[in-house]
Amino acid sequence: MTTRSLIERAGTFLGLVLVAVIFGVLVGPQFFSPTNLELMARQMAIVSIAAVGMTIVIVSGGIDLSVGSMIALVTVVIAQLLRMGVSPLAAALGGIGTAALCGLINGVLITQLRVVPFIVTLGTMLVIRGAAKGLGEERRIEAPATWLNDLLRVTRGEAFVPSGIWTVIVLSVLIAALLRYTRLGRHVFAIGSNERMARLCGVAITRTKIIVYALSAALVGVAGLLQFSKLSVGDPTVAVGLELDVIAAVIIGGGSLLGGRGTVAGTLIGAAIMTVIQIGCSQKGLANWVQQIVTGGIIVAAVALDRIRSRASRS
Amino acid sequence: MNHPPDAAPPRFAMRGIRKAFGATIALDGVDLAVSEGEICGLIGQNGAGKSTLMSVLSGALQPDAGEMWIEGRRFAPHSPHDARRAGVAMIYQELSLAPHLSVMENIMMGAEPMRFGLVDWPRMREMASGALAALGRDDIPADAIVGNLSVASQQLVEIARALAVGARVLVLDEPTSSLGRADVEHLFALLRHLKSQGHAIVYISHFIEEVKSVADRFIVLRDGRNAGSGHTAAATHDDIVALMVGEAVGNLFPRSPRTRGEAILEVTGLEPGSASFTLHRGEIFGVAGVLGSGRTRLLRTLFGLEPVRSGRVRVGMYSGVAQPHERWLHGMGLLSEDRKEEGLALTLDVADNVTMSKLSPFGPVGLLFPARQRGAAARWITELAIKCAGPWQKAGELSGGNQQKIAIARLLHHDVDILVLDEPTRGIDVGSKAQIYRLIDALVADTANRKPRAVLMVSSYLPELLGLCDRIAVMQRGRLAHAVPAESLSEHDLMMAVTAGTVV
Repeated sequence: MTTRSLIERAGTFLGLVLVAVIFGVLVGPQFFSPTNLELMARQMAIVSIAAVGMTIVIVSGGIDLSVGSMIALVTVVIAQLLRMGVSPLAAALGGIGTAALCGLINGVLITQLRVVPFIVTLGTMLVIRGAAKGLGEERRIEAPATWLNDLLRVTRGEAFVPSGIWTVIVLSVLIAALLRYTRLGRHVFAIGSNERMARLCGVAITRTKIIVYALSAALVGVAGLLQFSKLSVGDPTVAVGLELDVIAAVIIGGGSLLGGRGTVAGTLIGAAIMTVIQIGCSQKGLANWVQQIVTGGIIVAAVALDRIRSRASRS
Repeated sequence: MNHPPDAAPPRFAMRGIRKAFGATIALDGVDLAVSEGEICGLIGQNGAGKSTLMSVLSGALQPDAGEMWIEGRRFAPHSPHDARRAGVAMIYQELSLAPHLSVMENIMMGAEPMRFGLVDWPRMREMASGALAALGRDDIPADAIVGNLSVASQQLVEIARALAVGARVLVLDEPTSSLGRADVEHLFALLRHLKSQGHAIVYISHFIEEVKSVADRFIVLRDGRNAGSGHTAAATHDDIVALMVGEAVGNLFPRSPRTRGEAILEVTGLEPGSASFTLHRGEIFGVAGVLGSGRTRLLRTLFGLEPVRSGRVRVGMYSGVAQPHERWLHGMGLLSEDRKEEGLALTLDVADNVTMSKLSPFGPVGLLFPARQRGAAARWITELAIKCAGPWQKAGELSGGNQQKIAIARLLHHDVDILVLDEPTRGIDVGSKAQIYRLIDALVADTANRKPRAVLMVSSYLPELLGLCDRIAVMQRGRLAHAVPAESLSEHDLMMAVTAGTVV
């Protein structure tokens, strides 16, 4: 790794350290206690895994606004499947598969209708939310208790870190490797950086984009599974507006909405910054409105800093 | 000094304009003047300095030295806005209209009549209609949407806007490139009409016949200097070409021994382009033509980036139409003329840019080991002497010449047999140009370890074609003529053929 990219990555990381130190001082040393750190990890898990998926989409120069709706649909699908007596594992896979299918449809619509991703996924955001409500008959769906409810919980006698968080870590590593160490990953970057160049170089643009949306949605499916685990019910009204948190994590982590830029590590740090602010504010007893203003300020500041940095490197 | 040295000051004058970009001197003391009621033609080859001169005039660039006057007053614009306010109206090839707005909104843009702080629509309609009527075109409705008009009418709207805001000098850059013959006639009639009203007009064109037809005087630029000027009535097409061409270029262009091998690309009756030709190994085939002649479209059609209407293409063993990724497989690679928009991904690193068309050597089953990818790129960085910090540097941080070498390195990395090069030396420094010439020559030269390749290249810089190519075909108004051996052509002949576009 070059010193340059080290500094670039460290930039976001220093932001995280700064935010953590500020709240450490405000809240006190118990802010960094193992229990508190674990609380933050659990809080982070859902946004993180969806944001890792969104990183792929944003690197390819696209966007997916239907993420929140997909999470709601996944919780409802899992709950309904469990009620039908399906095994927990099959229900989980059914939920993830449903999300992947939604992503596949997004990808096909974007590439075949040649409508910009913002508009297509704005539409499917409503369609999928509607489907979730229809399937859930506009109410919470109670489901029989299974081990799916324990994914974000530490049960007695088990390892310190819950299995849901392990899943997020393993998947993040895999996606980071996919972006860096596979041809598909480099094609995603090429399409996002300059689609015309990608076409000139013979990159299969349609196929790559469809894979991007489907794969990203499968990760959102995992986020939906964790959401179900947290709620232990299927809730068609959950995660409204979550896509904005997810996009914000990617942007704070150095992703560019113009495409061609973004890293999984940066995105996870971005998600961590937002989580530290949220938990920090609530433990300090600050009102929700303070939290929102601080998070919003961080997003704008992160992008502005990035602009200044890239302008400095150009001259 | 507040007045130009002339006794009767022209409407607009520039004296001794100099502009350098780094070591490249784009303009070296250029003079230009145009009087009231005069049309002055500005002629020059690509790279002669026309566009730089226009950027200086329009305020987009500040000259390093030299002065400009409008109606005897010093004029030193710091921005295009400054220049517009001083009365310089530029009409570019690419029109700058708001396509979704109406004709009157476009004409009055920035000068909308107001009443009580609100737009005075009836007055706006009246003023816009008046402006159109003054141009003899009251057939264009003031509330039509600009995007629905023909290109010729849009151009007229742009001219009307320039006049409505009180232009002192009207500059038209290649205004006929997208017009049909009848529209060209109309435009010329309009320009003569404006001249008779006392407007001062600078008319830039590749087509000498057009300049002869519409302008009173002409000025020729060559290598950033005034190469000559005169009255169009007194000069022949030949005289003007002689001024554009200048002396013969030295041996910038190497020629290794070449042997013409097997036919590797065969094109028969290809539309668009009306093209039929055969390209052999060990040969450089040149296509000469001005901007907008359809030369780029021909190359893109061959490469599968634009649809084939009819005709046959055979590449090696393969016949028929193909997508770009199939063309790469057939051993053909395209260098785009538009480095920034299509040729390179500027936010990605050098290694990605060099290797993107062929990542398969860097790992099994879809995997890619960055070390191997960078190793491959490093090889080309050394061989082509690309100046960069390393394969991981972003392509956008390099100079134009080095970017171009990266784009060419992609074809070498892919090891294609047919290199299709669209303007291989556009916008790069002289040193890089010489390197690229040597490289192209080496590709088709006889070598012991590899069959020679074949090169199909387009260039608007004629000495380059003459110096490198074995055969040259002229492309004009979308049609490719038969190829002739390069040694049978002089630059003068070729310039005559290329610029003999419209004869009005």
